[in-house]
Amino acid sequence: MVHSIDKMKKKQSLEIFKNLLKIRLTEEKISKEYAKQKMRCPVHLSIGQEAIAAPLKFLLSKKDIVVSGHRAHAHYIGKGCDIEKFIFELYLKEKGFARGKAGSMHLFDKKNGFYGSSPIVANAIPLGVGMGYFNKINKLNNVVLIFFGDGATEEGVFYESLNFAAVHSLKVIFICENNLYSVYSGLKFRQPKSRKIYKVSKSLRVSSIRADGNDIRHTTKTLLNTLNFVKRNSKPVFIEFSTFRFVEHCGPNEDDHLNYRKESEIKKWTKKDPLKKMYSFINARDKILLSKFKKKFNDRLNKIFLKAQKLSYPKSSVAYTNLYDEKN
Amino acid sequence: MMKKIKFHQAINKALEFSLNKDKKLILYGLGVSDPKEIFDTTIKLQEKFGSDRVFDVPNSENALTGIGIGYGMMGGRVVMTHQRLDFSLLSLDQIINNAAKLFYTSDGKFSVPLTIRLIIGRGWGQGPNHSQALQSLYAHIPGLKVVSPSDPNNAYNLLISSIFDNNPVIFLEHRWLHNQEGTLNKNIKKIKLLEKVSDGKDLTIVSNSIMTVEAIKANEILKKNNISCDIINLLSLNPIDFKRIIKSVEKTGKLIMLDIDHGHISVSSEVISYLVSYNKNIFKKEPIKISLPNFPTPTGPSLTKSFYPNFVNIIKASEKLLSKKVVIPKRNLDEIKIHDIPYTNYTGPF
Repeated sequence: MVHSIDKMKKKQSLEIFKNLLKIRLTEEKISKEYAKQKMRCPVHLSIGQEAIAAPLKFLLSKKDIVVSGHRAHAHYIGKGCDIEKFIFELYLKEKGFARGKAGSMHLFDKKNGFYGSSPIVANAIPLGVGMGYFNKINKLNNVVLIFFGDGATEEGVFYESLNFAAVHSLKVIFICENNLYSVYSGLKFRQPKSRKIYKVSKSLRVSSIRADGNDIRHTTKTLLNTLNFVKRNSKPVFIEFSTFRFVEHCGPNEDDHLNYRKESEIKKWTKKDPLKKMYSFINARDKILLSKFKKKFNDRLNKIFLKAQKLSYPKSSVAYTNLYDEKN
Repeated sequence: MMKKIKFHQAINKALEFSLNKDKKLILYGLGVSDPKEIFDTTIKLQEKFGSDRVFDVPNSENALTGIGIGYGMMGGRVVMTHQRLDFSLLSLDQIINNAAKLFYTSDGKFSVPLTIRLIIGRGWGQGPNHSQALQSLYAHIPGLKVVSPSDPNNAYNLLISSIFDNNPVIFLEHRWLHNQEGTLNKNIKKIKLLEKVSDGKDLTIVSNSIMTVEAIKANEILKKNNISCDIINLLSLNPIDFKRIIKSVEKTGKLIMLDIDHGHISVSSEVISYLVSYNKNIFKKEPIKISLPNFPTPTGPSLTKSFYPNFVNIIKASEKLLSKKVVIPKRNLDEIKIHDIPYTNYTGPF
C-alpha cells in the first residue's frame, strides 16, 4: 500500500499507470465484443473516467471497502477485483461471480472489498455509510469509498447519507464523478448554474474538495491525501472529480450524433483523455514497459473472453436459489 | 402463577435479550432514546447498551434503511424502528431494491440481517397517513420476510427470532396491542410461521395481529353457542404456511379470512386464491373475507365507525356460513360503543 505521494516509488507509479490501461483495455474489449449480443445485459462503460479508479488497488487494503453506482466497471477493476469472474458474469455464465443473477449492474467481489454497485441512482450511498458506521463502532481503521455521479447529488438519499456521516464522524469518502450529464440531460437542466456540487456538501459540514479527474497524478495525490486525512481525523470527506465519458450512457458505442453535447465540449475533453494525458508525461522507459504490459494484458483478455463465450450457462433452476439466507 | 407482562414490555425484553446476546446488534429509529422511548418499548436500552448501539436518528428513513443494510453486510445485525408504518414508505427504495435483493443478486455472499419494526396506528384520529397496515404491500416482495405478533408471548419470541434471522424482516407491530397483557413462554427458534389459537370443527378463521384478538373474542361467544372454530394465527405473512391452512379448511370446509389491511389484492385474497387453486371443492360454502375497505382511512370518529371490522363482523359471517343464529351478550356489544380507542383509559394522541 502506498502511504505517501513523495515516497511513492517509481514501480508503484508504474503499477497505477498499468491499472489505468487495464481498465481502458477491458472496457474497450467489452465495447468491441458487445455487438455480438452475447453479453445480454446493459453496460455503462467507464471509458474516459478511468483515472479516478486506477489508483484504488494501490492506495487501499482489501479491508477498505468500495461501493458504486451504475458506472462501476472502473471501480471494480481499479480495486483489483477478479476480472475473470466479472467477464463471465457479463456473459451471464455459471462461472460469473453471481452465476448470471447480477450482470454488469450489480457488481460484487467480497474478498477484494468490493461490496456492491447499484443501477438505482444514489442507492448504494447509504450502504457505504452503514459500512462506515460498522467500522466506527467496532473500532476498525478501514475506510469506505462511495462512488457516484453528478446525478446522484440530486437525490434526497445523498443528503441524508452525508448528514449521517457528518453527525457520526465516519471514515467515509464520498466520490462524485461529475461527467456533466445524467444520460442525455446536462447539468444546466438539473442544477442552478452558479452552484458547485462540492460547495453543497461543504455546507453540510463535510470537508469537500474539487479536483481534476482526468490526470492520474492529480487523482492519485487527491485520493491519497484524502485517505490520510480521513484516517487521521476520523471524518468524512467529499471529493468532486471533474471528468467526461467518451461513449454513450448505456451501451458500447459513441452517441455524439445525438447532439446533446456540444462539439467544442467534446473536443475540449478529448484533449484531456486520461490515457493520452498519462502518456504525455511518462518517460520513455515506462512507455516501453506499458506497451509490453498492453500486449500481455490484451492476450489475457482475449483468452478470458474466448473462455467466457464457451462456458456454459447456469441451469434455469439456479434462478430459484438463494432467495433467503437460511444458515444460522 | 406466571407473572403477567404487557406487550410493550415483551418487546422491550426481546430487544434487551437480543442486545445482550449479540454485541454487534444495533438498534435505532426516531425516538428510540427520547423521553417517550417508542411507547416504552425501548425504555432504558440506551442507558444499558450505550449510544453507539442504541441511538436516535435524523429524519432520513431511506438513508437509515440503507445504513442498516450496509451495517448488516459487514456482519452486524440491526433493528430499526418507525413509530408509524407510514413513515417507512419513504424507504421503499432501500427496502425493495437493496434489502430484499442483495442476498439474491450477490448469489448468497451478502446477507441482510435487518429487522424493521413498523408500528401500525388506529383510531383517535390517526387518519390516512398514521394508520396504514399495508402488510400486503410488503408481503408481495420476494426476499422480504413479513411477520406480525398478536400477543405479548408471540411478540417476544417472534421479535427475537426475526432479529436472529439472517434476512430482512418486516415486523408489523400494532399499536393497539401495546397494552395487551399475557405471560411469557420463552421458546425462541426460527421464525414460527403460524400458531393454532383454537381447535374446532365447524369453521376455520385465519387471522393475524389485532384481528386475532377479535377472532378470540368472537370465539368465546361462538363457543357458548356450540360452535367450535379452528383459529389460525398467521405469525408470518411471507412466507405463509399454506399446508396447515389447507389441513384446517379440508376439515371444516368453511373459511373466514381476516385481514388488518385493505382486502383487495391482499394477503387475504392470496390465501383464498391459493386454497381454490389447490382444490376447487375445498369449500362447502363461499369463503368470507373481512378486511378494511378499499378507501384511505378517514380521520373523524363518525367516519371510522364502520371502517374497522371487529368480533361482531366475525360472528355475523359465522352465522352466514353455518346458517345459524348466534346470541351476542349485551356486555360484549357495550364494549365496542367507543370504537376508536384500544382501551378505556387511552387518552391519545398516538
